[in-house]
Amino acid sequence: MATKLKVYEVKDYRADIDSDWCPGCGDFGILAAIQQALYKLQIPPHRVAVCSGIGCSGKTPHYLRAYGFHTLHGRVLPFAAGLKLANHGLTVIAVGGDGDGYGIGAGYFINAGRRNIDFTYIVFNNEVYGLTKGQAAPTLPQGAKTKSMPEANIQQGLNPIVLAIGAGYTFVARGFALDVKHLSELIARGIAHRGSAFIDVLQTCPTYNDIHTKEWYLGLDRPEKRPRLYKLEEAGFDPVVANPEDPEEVRAKQLAAITKSYEWGERIPIGVFYQVKLPTFEDRLREKGILGEIPLAEADLFRRDVTELIEALR
Amino acid sequence: MTSTERDINWVIGGPQGSGINVAAETFAKALVRAGYRVYAAIEYHSNIMGKHSYYRVRISDADRRSPLGRVHVLVSLDEETLLGDTHHEFPAHRGHLHEVVPGGAVVFDARIGLNPGRDDLKLYPIPYAELLELALMEFGRQAERHRFRVVQNVIALSASAAVLGFELSALKEAILEGFKGRRAEAAGINLRAAELAYEYIKTHFADDFGYRLSGLNRRPERRPLLVRGVQAAAIAKIKAGLGFQSYYPISPATDENVYLEAQQRKYGFVVVQAEDEVAAINMAVGAAHAGVRAATSTSGPGFTLMAEGIGFASMTEAPGPVVFLWQRGGPSTGLPTRQEQADLRFALQPAHGEFSHLVVAPGDIEEVVFDSYMAFNWAERYQLPVIVLLDRHLAGAYVTAESLGLEALPPVDRGLFYQPEGTSEGDYFRYAFTETGISPRTVPGTEGGIFWTTSDEHDPRGHITEGAENRLKMVAKRMKKLDVAAREIPPQAKFKVYGPADADFTVIGWGSTKGAILDALEELRAEGHKVNFVQVRLMRPFPAEELKGLLSRAKNLILVEENYTGQLGALICEQTGISITRRVLKWDGRPFTQEELKEGLLKAMVAEGTVLASHLQG
Repeated sequence: MATKLKVYEVKDYRADIDSDWCPGCGDFGILAAIQQALYKLQIPPHRVAVCSGIGCSGKTPHYLRAYGFHTLHGRVLPFAAGLKLANHGLTVIAVGGDGDGYGIGAGYFINAGRRNIDFTYIVFNNEVYGLTKGQAAPTLPQGAKTKSMPEANIQQGLNPIVLAIGAGYTFVARGFALDVKHLSELIARGIAHRGSAFIDVLQTCPTYNDIHTKEWYLGLDRPEKRPRLYKLEEAGFDPVVANPEDPEEVRAKQLAAITKSYEWGERIPIGVFYQVKLPTFEDRLREKGILGEIPLAEADLFRRDVTELIEALR
Repeated sequence: MTSTERDINWVIGGPQGSGINVAAETFAKALVRAGYRVYAAIEYHSNIMGKHSYYRVRISDADRRSPLGRVHVLVSLDEETLLGDTHHEFPAHRGHLHEVVPGGAVVFDARIGLNPGRDDLKLYPIPYAELLELALMEFGRQAERHRFRVVQNVIALSASAAVLGFELSALKEAILEGFKGRRAEAAGINLRAAELAYEYIKTHFADDFGYRLSGLNRRPERRPLLVRGVQAAAIAKIKAGLGFQSYYPISPATDENVYLEAQQRKYGFVVVQAEDEVAAINMAVGAAHAGVRAATSTSGPGFTLMAEGIGFASMTEAPGPVVFLWQRGGPSTGLPTRQEQADLRFALQPAHGEFSHLVVAPGDIEEVVFDSYMAFNWAERYQLPVIVLLDRHLAGAYVTAESLGLEALPPVDRGLFYQPEGTSEGDYFRYAFTETGISPRTVPGTEGGIFWTTSDEHDPRGHITEGAENRLKMVAKRMKKLDVAAREIPPQAKFKVYGPADADFTVIGWGSTKGAILDALEELRAEGHKVNFVQVRLMRPFPAEELKGLLSRAKNLILVEENYTGQLGALICEQTGISITRRVLKWDGRPFTQEELKEGLLKAMVAEGTVLASHLQG
């Protein structure tokens, strides 16, 4: 049988359905970046599974032509883990909001890092709970008060990059929703990375977040109109661990990434903070002889002989 | 004399960590190999070292399914086993001495100055420490006496075997099996200690113990299986083609998970220890959607966390997972290591909203195998989560059985699949409306089979919609799968009837109380009572019409459950309108003994009302 080499276009990754995001929402940029990344990598749409949590970001799979799983609030990572381990031949992308990932799903965000399953996790970080009309999300700084909040935020904002590195993610990056070209490159790198890739995306919410707006990120509020965002790669930052066997280099790269992640306000870095090549969860299962080359979903598991197990009971 | 009256109940007790489980399981194995049938189960605290635990080995010439309360041979490793902890402000138990039958044996440490307060016992004080010292001396290892202190369990076991007249060679063979690999170096000391204890009984006591193993018929030519529920469930799952199992450690489900973990390599499936039960259920739902047979295994507290995941699996019509709920004493943390049947109502409505799922409750090892296996067929055929409702008693009690019944299982049924004709996704509707409510599925990765799914209400393509017309149809679609399941599931998987059709009293129960009910009914029938038993197996969809017909013809109904409120009774009332006025209940965290249940049933036969059947065991 002749192999037909099909070339996919960007539109092949678009579902035939209208989006219900607010006009000007940062989600559009992230959606486009995911589509362009898949197009760039030429992954057949039917080989991709996009999973999401709940919230505005949760609707993303519906707008992509790929297997789409819109799951529960905060539970996207365990779902994606089960899906990927059941069929490791698929490209699995998980998406969710910052409330979804760092609030209700914080435990799963941390524990997924411990496993290093080969998937990509993209967080739409707009600092607010949009779908429930603008409450403070875990990344909103203490003291901040968006227009829909009756009181300023009494809780501290957390640092997702630090958490991701501490948890063990092997690819840690930050993108900006409105820089689609740069973000699509980050996402493509994340997908190509073997292991758990985490991308925190600074996303504007024109409806509820009137503090960290497009204008703010781009520095249009400043007299010199200098953007607050800058790209790590352009600043000569080297995030890649050359020798994963060298604990000193690993530690140094992690500390550099953590230090960088605290830059906020006047200058905000985007790009890859940290990357290291380590065996994935699937690799470790393969090493133990548990997982074979054929994904479990495609294997015939139905002719097992359990005589030995029964005889052991005599 | 009925056959159960010939049974011998051997009980060993001691602090946790003293090796009573090794002693009891070694003895059970030796007995089975010698041709006896056994029922063996431990009762223990949620504690690692020190608290009182005891292990009952019921020795019979036919398969038994319940513990006996009366004790024929009591083997104690400490004083508390004999007399309890009555010095405490709120004692946990009164010891086991009072459970010993007249003429029964008590094997105990000679250092205890025991005053049993009754003169109808055969007392066997054994100098545990001295015998151990002798054995150690022969091997020149007295310096390690602290490390080998646990060998007192073998000394006590062997002394009791000598009292019963069980062959030393058969016991030694079973002991030796426990010392393989790195433990082999301790085999000699253990075997020698067993010999010394056996000889000590022969030299110091008359051979006149009244309860003899020789009173039982032996069938050494056909060795049965010695199996407990966690093993049966795990083997059935492997046979069913399990591809993925996730769990979070919890008693009493952990043993099943650990058993499966040990078999991953050989059979090629993945077990993941999740960070909590929320993660565990969602991993399993993801794996089910990906097209493998997926399961998770837990107990009440973990099941509580799984609630939203079960609703999610049902809403998205995932072909699974199968959720194994091993009940224990609740509510909250409750009695982590004890028996209870109090999660039936919760299993029927674990999450918010109205959704379809199946709940099946096996009552013995053979049913554990059948239901565990069939649960995967049903999950995939009807595309919904299935709950297999089990309990700690089924999980932990060893019973003898001829086979697991794997030969009789129906073939694997993976349900309906959509076969894409082209590569266009345009024609495929994952949630297409059909006559049965079941929509053909695809497996992610299939060209031409792309679908969307969401925990929101959705249209046939799987996209969110809040449309009223779609809502009416979609809810009905999901719910009518239950009607299809009710039509297709075989009658014996719904309920079973044991005993004569024209009984004066019909006992109704579910789950592992089946064992005590059948054992007690055998005795009651031998005494002339006309009683039968209806065991309810399928809890959802509930076989309301069939049961209504059966129960309305019964003369008198007696409900038996291990909970406070009579949950099956309430379900029967809700579903059939039949109110059961005689009830035998208990909620003390221990499974019914045969005697408790028999007594309870006799009381219930006399008058309507609720009988609390608890003998307050240790």
